[in-house]
Amino acid sequence: MSGTIEVKPAPPAPVVKQAAAATTRIRRPSRWTEARHSFRRHWQLYLLIIIPLAYFVIFKYIPISNAVIAFKNYSPIKGPWGSDWVGFKNFELFFQNPVFWTLVKNTFLLAAYTVLASFPIPIILAVALNEIRQGFFKKTVQLVTYAPYFISTVVVVSMTILVLSPRIGFVDDAIGLFGIPSIDFLGDPNYFRHIYVWSDVWQTTGYSAVIYLAALAGIDPALHESAKIDGASRIRRIMHVDLPGIMPTAVIILVLGVGNIMSIGFEKAFLLQNPLNLAQSEIIATYVYKTGLLNADFSMATAVGLFNSVINLFLLLGVNFAAKRITGNGLWS
Amino acid sequence: MSVTLQPFKARLNKPGAQVEKTTIAETRTDRIFLIGIKIMLTVALIAVLIPLIYVVANSFSSASAVSGGRVFLWPVEPSLRAYREALSDPQILKGYYNSLIYAVGGTFISVTLTIAIAYPLSRKTFFGRNVIMSVLLFTMLFSGGLIPTYLVVQDLGLLNTRWAMVIPSAIGVWQVIIARTFFRSTIPDDLYEAAVLDGASDLRFLWSVVLPLSKPVIAVIALMYAIFQWNTYFDALVYLKDPGLYPLQIVLRNILILNSTTGSASDVAQQLERQQLANVLKYALIVISSLPVLLIYPFIARHFTKGVMVGAVKG
Repeated sequence: MSGTIEVKPAPPAPVVKQAAAATTRIRRPSRWTEARHSFRRHWQLYLLIIIPLAYFVIFKYIPISNAVIAFKNYSPIKGPWGSDWVGFKNFELFFQNPVFWTLVKNTFLLAAYTVLASFPIPIILAVALNEIRQGFFKKTVQLVTYAPYFISTVVVVSMTILVLSPRIGFVDDAIGLFGIPSIDFLGDPNYFRHIYVWSDVWQTTGYSAVIYLAALAGIDPALHESAKIDGASRIRRIMHVDLPGIMPTAVIILVLGVGNIMSIGFEKAFLLQNPLNLAQSEIIATYVYKTGLLNADFSMATAVGLFNSVINLFLLLGVNFAAKRITGNGLWS
Repeated sequence: MSVTLQPFKARLNKPGAQVEKTTIAETRTDRIFLIGIKIMLTVALIAVLIPLIYVVANSFSSASAVSGGRVFLWPVEPSLRAYREALSDPQILKGYYNSLIYAVGGTFISVTLTIAIAYPLSRKTFFGRNVIMSVLLFTMLFSGGLIPTYLVVQDLGLLNTRWAMVIPSAIGVWQVIIARTFFRSTIPDDLYEAAVLDGASDLRFLWSVVLPLSKPVIAVIALMYAIFQWNTYFDALVYLKDPGLYPLQIVLRNILILNSTTGSASDVAQQLERQQLANVLKYALIVISSLPVLLIYPFIARHFTKGVMVGAVKG
């Protein structure tokens, strides 16, 4: 074969390519043969995967197909597919509902505030922990700050309520020292977001810092060594070695955070809600629950939920695209 | 490099100096900066600890001291009454019992199913693994929503049964990724080839070779599922109506947040006492319900972290 190429000075590349293609065609069986082969040899693995796969079909994909009731007038007797089509009526009703903008605003502001607060704080904690020596103090700080992550939402919310309650809680005493009169934090809608976000920071900072600590541990010590020899101070080394080192991790976490901005958790907002702070605490997730399960308006609730899911999906894809463009890191790199 | 620097290190290694690989003396700004960092970390430590200690201190105090807001970080008029009350309340005990069932049973089902899907997906010879993985990953990005899922659970007749607590949330995609990554990075292909030569089937290999080698990751995902089951209340809120099936978290929510106290009081004095007791009872309940998880947590924290890290490595 090489002889032919030498004799003919004409472009050798296509010849080689063709030959290579020919050999691969002979050696590699088609995908279907491969599949049959794999199936015959490893049928047990395919057997194994049936039940878990059925789980995903039944509990994840059938619900997606059931979401068709957003475009229908759902009747329990006719079922999701048998109900009558109404087109976009449910969506139009929702958009015209005066509550629509409040919901979108509440959801967005709550989530954005959460991301803004809970993104930088774990990084600060991790970098600070990384600066001090291994030892009792470091271990204690890590263990204690990590602990609240394991406490349930119900308990964290009740702790928050107890701590903030006028007369009983210690926050009331603390602000009393500064001469501020008692505040009913949970009864005032203006405090809702702060309570939500800062109790969240209290609960998750230690956990989130762990990821950054691992990223910091992965930074080549030689970088720190040479920076030190060049006379870089601790602050400079943090700015020019540590922070760039954890950049990829931070970008992924930020993308996930911003991407999930509209799907902010139901659990906590619902628990912190009371009739007095509803003006700011009613978010899309809690509205869906109330419309769907308490008022049994299945179609409307599904439409609202679907609207949220779609917005969220586009947000995630958009943010990921932007992050990839700007920093070169993304979810699917 | 550190070898050549050893003599310098020894000379500069006076007490109080930072022992690090290279020992260039710390500048004054650096030392001040380090002190600043330590102060900051201490503040963080205290900020996390105060609410926790506050709750524990209150739970051991008398009802009147709690209601008067006289307790801060140390019990006032120490009393165990709240714990006695809480542990004799049938509703709370039932909740505890139910939560244990859900945590143990749910974890068993979840771990089994997770391995059953993660292992085949980790094998290079498994045809269509990338397609199936994308099918799973898509569910992380998009879901049908609350009501469509509710309809499925309803159609399957799971509403208001114990199954509703463990089946609809049985498999976490994140846990599948963690297990798959672990299998892929720790079980070499050669091991499989060797087992096949010895006449082992795929299932036999999984059971006798892969699972014993994967104890650490199985422990991690089991703990993740168990803690999730213990702490969640959403599925119970949506799918359960019978109070006899309520997990602890729903019972807690009813008592702690909705303030529904058990029992009724006839006269005013008794009512006031009940009211005061209800307050201290809340603190005791918080301690009782969080204790199992917080007690085991220091021992598992490290493995937990490792598991999260394994899952974070993409590929």
